[in-house]
Amino acid sequence: MPTDSHSLRSALGRARGLGSAKEGTHHWWLQRVTAIALVPLTMWLVASIVALSGFGHEAFVVWFGRPLNATLIILFLGVSFHHAQLGMQVVIEDYVSHHGWRTTLNLLVKFACYGLATLSIVSILTIAFGA
Amino acid sequence: MAEFTLPKNSKVKKGTAHPKPEGATNTRKFSIYRYDPDTEGNPQLDTYEVDMDTCGPMVLDALLKIKDEMDATLTLRRSCREGICGSCAMNIDGRNTLACLKPIEECKKDAKVYPLPHLPVVKDLVPDVNHIYAQLTSIEPWMKADTAPPPNGERKQSPEERAELDGLWECILCFCCTTSCPSYWWNGDRYLGPAVLLQAARWINDSRDEATGERLDQLEDPFRLYRCHTIMNCTNACPKGLNPAKAIADIKTKMVERLG
Repeated sequence: MPTDSHSLRSALGRARGLGSAKEGTHHWWLQRVTAIALVPLTMWLVASIVALSGFGHEAFVVWFGRPLNATLIILFLGVSFHHAQLGMQVVIEDYVSHHGWRTTLNLLVKFACYGLATLSIVSILTIAFGA
Repeated sequence: MAEFTLPKNSKVKKGTAHPKPEGATNTRKFSIYRYDPDTEGNPQLDTYEVDMDTCGPMVLDALLKIKDEMDATLTLRRSCREGICGSCAMNIDGRNTLACLKPIEECKKDAKVYPLPHLPVVKDLVPDVNHIYAQLTSIEPWMKADTAPPPNGERKQSPEERAELDGLWECILCFCCTTSCPSYWWNGDRYLGPAVLLQAARWINDSRDEATGERLDQLEDPFRLYRCHTIMNCTNACPKGLNPAKAIADIKTKMVERLG
């Protein structure tokens, strides 16, 4: 409900507000696309880790260095962090009504998600190229 | 932040107990939310022991009996008493429904009757629905067409095209769905809510309407449409058995469809 109960603005004026943002579909669709992509990627990752368990650090490093494994894990990391960012944005928009706080939190989540995604992908590349 | 608790002046206190009428043997208890804007006090929960031998079968019958015979100050909206006008929408035993369609038999022994949730209360069981009506007006729920109507004045529709409106036209605008939706509780100032989005779908699906794209443009917004997270409380609440969640999903599908 409108929080400013003392405003003399008409009910229709308040309902129309600032108008339609003319976006939102892209965000909603990407959330679904990333979710679908994560189904096979997550199954592959879990199966691989289970298969590798008990072989020690060296085995993991060698395994991560193979081109197909490195590609799939980079995809998994990129898609996961993107999906997390999209999801967190929805939660923040749901529960944080103050515009300043909402924007700040959304920015922090974006920086954290894309920062961590880059860091983890660079780590995989470092292993893959043996630097 | 979203409001998870009632503000101090809205906390519900214990109210007056109205005992059973003399000689009544078959009674039922109703605990009813009372709020009087003319006094400074908090809302309170009054209890009424109603004589079931002289009462009709529905909750609305009991409420009107209380108003007629026990406490004339009880305030509620009602009109048709047969589930067509949508006036007597309220929260009975924790669920939004129409008092006129809710059998007393299905209520708990101590039936709790509250106004629709998370709306400003005008008095007792009467909520302020002005904002929801304004949101309904904002989606322009009327036919828009540039093509002039045929000379006989009738715009034709095939039976299949007409069938597209089934499940949408039956809505009586009681707002049981909208006020059961947590997304609407937290962001009702901008989120249109299930009832209004179902009405939007009713015009988007109408084969005679020529403003489909314009209507979708108006809805394409993170708050107006995309606050719907398919929680399904709306579909659960609808006393007419409609499915607003599906109507909203259809709108989202059309949004994606026009992208490519």
